[in-house]
Amino acid sequence: MCVNMYDIVKAEKLTVDVTRLEIAAPQIASKAKAGQFVMLTVDEHGERIPLTMADFSPDKGTITIAVLEIGKTTKMLGALKPGDSLFSLVGPLGLPTELKNYGTVVCIGGGIGLALMYPVVRALKQAGNQMISIIGAKTKELLIYEDEIEKVSDEIHVCTDDGSKGHHGFVSDVLKKLIDDKRGIDIVYAVGPIIMMKVIANMTRPHEIHTVVSLNPIMVDGTGMCGSCRVIVDGQTKFGCVDGPEFDGHKVDFENLTARNRRYLTEEAVSLRKFTGAK
Amino acid sequence: MPEGKKKSKIVPKKYPMPEQDPKERIKNFDEVPTGQDAETIIKEARRCLQCKESPKRKLCKDGCPVEIDIPAFIKKVQEGDFAEAMRIVREKQNLPAVCGRVCPYENQCEGNCIVGKKNEPVGIGRIERFLADWERNEQKHGKIVKPSSTGKSVAVVGAGPAGLTVAGDLTRLGHKVTVFEALQYSGGVLVYGIPEFRLPKAIVQAEVDFIRRSGVEIKNDHVIGKLMTVDDLLAEHDAVFVGTGAGLPNWTNLEGENLNGILSANEFLTRVNLMKAFNFPDYDTPIRVGKRVVTLGGGNVAMDCARTALRLGAEESVILYRRSEAELPARREEVHHAMEEGVRFELLAAPVRYIGDENGDVKQIEAVRMKLGEPDESGRRRPIKIEGSNFILDCQTVLIAIGQSPNPLVPMTTPDLKTTKWGTIAVDAEGRTSKKGVFAGGDISTGAATVILAMGDGKRAAKAMHKYLTEDPSWPDAEAFEKAAC
Ligand SMILES: Cc1cc2nc3c(=O)[nH]c(=O)nc-3n(C[C@H](O)[C@H](O)[C@H](O)COP(=O)(O)OP(=O)(O)OC[C@H]3O[C@@H](n4cnc5c(N)ncnc54)[C@H](O)[C@@H]3O)c2cc1C
Ligand SMILES: Cc1cc2nc3c(=O)[nH]c(=O)nc-3n(C[C@H](O)[C@H](O)[C@H](O)COP(=O)(O)OP(=O)(O)OC[C@H]3O[C@@H](n4cnc5c(N)ncnc54)[C@H](O)[C@@H]3O)c2cc1C
Ligand code: SF4
Ligand code: SF4
Ligand code: FES
Repeated sequence: MCVNMYDIVKAEKLTVDVTRLEIAAPQIASKAKAGQFVMLTVDEHGERIPLTMADFSPDKGTITIAVLEIGKTTKMLGALKPGDSLFSLVGPLGLPTELKNYGTVVCIGGGIGLALMYPVVRALKQAGNQMISIIGAKTKELLIYEDEIEKVSDEIHVCTDDGSKGHHGFVSDVLKKLIDDKRGIDIVYAVGPIIMMKVIANMTRPHEIHTVVSLNPIMVDGTGMCGSCRVIVDGQTKFGCVDGPEFDGHKVDFENLTARNRRYLTEEAVSLRKFTGAK
Repeated sequence: MPEGKKKSKIVPKKYPMPEQDPKERIKNFDEVPTGQDAETIIKEARRCLQCKESPKRKLCKDGCPVEIDIPAFIKKVQEGDFAEAMRIVREKQNLPAVCGRVCPYENQCEGNCIVGKKNEPVGIGRIERFLADWERNEQKHGKIVKPSSTGKSVAVVGAGPAGLTVAGDLTRLGHKVTVFEALQYSGGVLVYGIPEFRLPKAIVQAEVDFIRRSGVEIKNDHVIGKLMTVDDLLAEHDAVFVGTGAGLPNWTNLEGENLNGILSANEFLTRVNLMKAFNFPDYDTPIRVGKRVVTLGGGNVAMDCARTALRLGAEESVILYRRSEAELPARREEVHHAMEEGVRFELLAAPVRYIGDENGDVKQIEAVRMKLGEPDESGRRRPIKIEGSNFILDCQTVLIAIGQSPNPLVPMTTPDLKTTKWGTIAVDAEGRTSKKGVFAGGDISTGAATVILAMGDGKRAAKAMHKYLTEDPSWPDAEAFEKAAC
């Protein structure tokens, strides 16, 4: 089988279950923009899964992804070492984040979403916006990309569910306060667990603050040919991979997305058991 | 046939093709027809009358979109010279093992066969299949002659039948060809759509390898329109061929279509074929079918879905089609195979809406009975709803196989490439587009069609590209495409 091979240049653990991989992919690196993702397959038997680029360097010819280990494929990624290669890597896919000078932007991320959020904050900052970042995780050990995000933000708020760092509570609490304080927010950008994005969209809706969310439907090809990734936005069916992954949070049908993401729970559990059992 | 013996009467039927028993085969993904031996194939070839060409009648050859010299290769088979027969096939045909299996030969070469006027036609498709399999198994793929280089380079977008044909032909003419393919495997619909039991993927792979060995470079994982644009390709190559196919699934747009358990044929078949979900959990990509699977549509794609569902363990696989059996657009052979395997045909019925349970999983489909009215523009009788005849069918999986539209990515990212109102790329008879140096063909310019028509398009385009690259770089005015465009 003659397919392109993509070498892992660097692999590091950011938390117990988040691994950051730097992968040689010069062509993708030179074309990538904030908000875009890649589809990769670890080995010949592997599943094609989507991962957002947390960074990309045209100079080094590499892209970076941060992976939360939740199932078989992400665990396989977490076990990769420098010198290993991926079976296939396709990108950059999806529409890039719309970069404009909006004024004051609040970027909110939770969990693995922080890795996805970093290039967006950086790009929006470069586009001349006043950047307020709200970042959250369960505990202080699980906070990732804090330093990176802080460097490209004008203001940063840290939250942990257990209070081990920053605000004791949710990112939405901080957003509420910023809204109550009438900070003149022009746009909100949120990426993280579906429930987090939904809560934030519900919070900004009455204030008519435009809110962009980054969705994570189940994908197969990532190029618009199958419709596995379909999401309902404003009552219409959209393909997450080519029309998104970013959509107007006020118009997204989050219930449908949650249901659709549970489609293969049984099979995913079988796969994971077989993988961990075999080790 | 020994020399001198008088020609006996034509054997009225094709020599039977052995097949896996329907009861057995629905438990596996192995190929259904198991192939014939050399002796039988020589006998089959001897059914051919070696007709002479005449302007007065159509022959087998006139029905083949890639113009294979059929009488000539059959003659060699009659003589038992498979190597020479194969050389003649390869003159025109870049994917013989594929076409010998999936070509709708009953409407093409075999449809014109003189023997077929009174009896069953000569089994041209199965002879072609035999030769290609013989060549592959015996490692007899004749020597690849490398032509002298023309110094020109060509980019081909899409490694489906159209793109691979262009690539093979232009390489043989001495051009340097690079194919850019979005997926990790090459073959287009041949690898992601048509199931293993009709077209084993190892065979597609071998055909692709043959094309590679002839000097074509294939770059997988390259999505044109994302990683590079057609304009980028044009900056580095002397010409570009776009063969990106009709990969966009059509939907019914009925209430409840986004319920879990409702999949496009493309998603279903891609999971199963490209990602090998039929081998889950040995392969990682999951697939799930319920007890009853309903497939909407009546073409080859629908037959493939319904038959695949059975093999994945569905207790019942139902085809719901709005016209009658006579109008089923699928090949007869496919319909026949599906019926043998126990696929149930719910004809003259159309879906109305999908009904889900509290978890968002589909549990029923509501449909309505139809009757046939006057013929429409396509000449087929128009299906009309019978008011009040709605009925409910329990099901846990619905597969939507009601057609595919052209892939929009390349047209969308190539501003000066004109498209028609159907979204296909507008081309002239030579496959030229509104953009100088860019050619197109296959499903992206014709709409969803067949493997061999896509290859025929590729042949014509390759000829025109060769002319453009070596003798005549003139180009029609963009206005010429205005008419075709919307
Ligand atoms: C556009 C996009 C960007 C993403 N970016 C990141 C990222 O940067 N970092 C990260 O850790 N995760 C990211 N994800 C999620 C990641 O793709 C899934 O976690 C991964 O596919 C899970 O695979 P698995 O085999 O490890 O787990 P599984 O056990 O197979 O699945 C666990 C859960 O992940 C989801 N999932 C499973 N298969 C897929 C699939 N093919 N496509 C999408 N979701 C799936 C389902 O909700 C499932 O329940 C992104 C998803 C999308 C759609
Ligand atoms: C399930 C199914 C069953 C069928 N059965 C039969 C049959 O029995 N007999 C028959 O004759 N025909 C059959 N057909 C139809 C036949 O397969 C197609 O007509 C034929 O494959 C068209 O060839 P093509 O080269 O134009 O496109 P495709 O085969 O669609 O190939 C296009 C290629 O381009 C790639 N591509 C698309 N966009 C891009 C991009 N932006 N960048 C890079 N690459 C890109 C795709 O990944 C794909 O590999 C069937 C089709 C389906 C779906
Ligand atoms: S390619 Fe198709 S039409 Fe041509 S000879 Fe072969 S089977 Fe017949
Ligand atoms: S038309 Fe039929 S009998 Fe005549 S040459 Fe062709 S295959 Fe043979
Ligand atoms: S993942 Fe297949 S269309 Fe989006």
